[in-house]
Amino acid sequence: MHPETSEPHTHGPDDVPHTHPDPGVDPHAPLPEAPRALRIGIGGPVGSGKTALVAALCRALGDELRLAVVTNDIYTTEDADFLKRNGVLPVERIRAVETGCCPHTAIRDDISANLDAVEDLETELGPLDLVLVESGGDNLTATFSKGLIDQQIFVVDVAGGDKVPRKGGPGVTTADLLVINKTDLAPLVNADLSVMDRDARARRGELPTVFLSLVEDRAATPVADWIRALVATRAPSAGPAPAAAHASTTAHASTTAHASATGRASAAG
Amino acid sequence: MSLATLLLLADGRLPSGGHAHSGGLEAQVAAGRVRDLDGLAAFLRGKLATAGLVTATFAAAACHRAHAGASPPNMSEISELDDGLDARTPSAALRKASRAQGRALLRAGRAMWPVPEIGREPHQPVALGVLATAAGLGPLEAAVAAAHGTVTGCASAGVRLLGLDPYAVHGLLARLAPDCDRVAADAAARSGDPVDDLPAAGAPLLDIGAELHATWEVRLFAS
Repeated sequence: MHPETSEPHTHGPDDVPHTHPDPGVDPHAPLPEAPRALRIGIGGPVGSGKTALVAALCRALGDELRLAVVTNDIYTTEDADFLKRNGVLPVERIRAVETGCCPHTAIRDDISANLDAVEDLETELGPLDLVLVESGGDNLTATFSKGLIDQQIFVVDVAGGDKVPRKGGPGVTTADLLVINKTDLAPLVNADLSVMDRDARARRGELPTVFLSLVEDRAATPVADWIRALVATRAPSAGPAPAAAHASTTAHASTTAHASATGRASAAG
Repeated sequence: MSLATLLLLADGRLPSGGHAHSGGLEAQVAAGRVRDLDGLAAFLRGKLATAGLVTATFAAAACHRAHAGASPPNMSEISELDDGLDARTPSAALRKASRAQGRALLRAGRAMWPVPEIGREPHQPVALGVLATAAGLGPLEAAVAAAHGTVTGCASAGVRLLGLDPYAVHGLLARLAPDCDRVAADAAARSGDPVDDLPAAGAPLLDIGAELHATWEVRLFAS
């Protein structure tokens, strides 16, 4: 279906009336830019329930999205093994990154091993909709580099004390979604959820916070819905995230870097 | 040659994946062969004289070949160096670690300089040499960055694994600096030699340690 830009005409009395495409116009519809998976980082202190949340999200989203997971353990492949053992996702969709004593370095300062893992998953599995990158358990200051992920979730738990949101820190303050997990334990540890809610609002302004109990809600519904909304609003033409400039394995790094700069603008919304 | 560019290439903060590797130290610490500052000093001297020398020479050689040849560098020469490193690295775990770090280094380098295509996962010294050329540096600078990186990476792992005094460890590194320069000068002098004539110094315990380390269920470092 070429765009015919000239009027129907003939070149002689015996000619069949016809049209010509404009030679300056590419007759082919542009291919959609290869969409890169939405990357969501999931961070939070040790024991706050990151891996259980990832497992719940895999159960909730595994059938509707092309999904893969990268885990960052501090010293083992424990988290990856947990996900594989629980069969929440096929084994080939789970990759473990080793972090050399420094889980926050691997997600913030030197993200190369994580980017390699994400790229390897995309190479081996084909296009993906969503990659969850789970950080190793760290402290309240650990956040993901924007070069690695598009959006980040920070998970704290009620049993860690209802003071945690008030203490703030970059994870609590800046994460795109704060998850206050294990609300079922609140009565047992004398945690006041209304205090946590109030403090989270004070720290986070307009950024959303959700309360979660994976005992009561095995599908992590509020978090899964938040991710569904992100995937849905992600424009198909959204270019690669900033990381793609580094991710490029072609010699045309400057072209890719340009594309990523424009992609950043459209992905930022 | 820009000194500041060399510092950038040699900086431990370069996001090139090195932080996850101990250069074989974790296995030796676990085996009880390295327990304290003196043990680390001996380990670093041995490492510099073996892996450090090979790494520095191959980085210098890759830099030399990337300079001498057309741009982009002659891939068969680069592959020959890559094969030469495979032959000098009997441990599969160490070959894997070297290629993983080469890939990560290329990623960082591409964000900084126009780096030619040399394959997805070259050995780390080859990536370092090609990067040095792309950064406008020569074989001696590539070699000194390689020698320096060999000892500082292990030293930093030593601080984390053994809880050593970081000032004392940097004292060690300062005393090793002239040795790094000597190794780099030797490496640069041989950078144009045929691959088969380049040094092949090895440390069997490092190879054995790396193979054992790769089987551990619990470890802090990737190698």
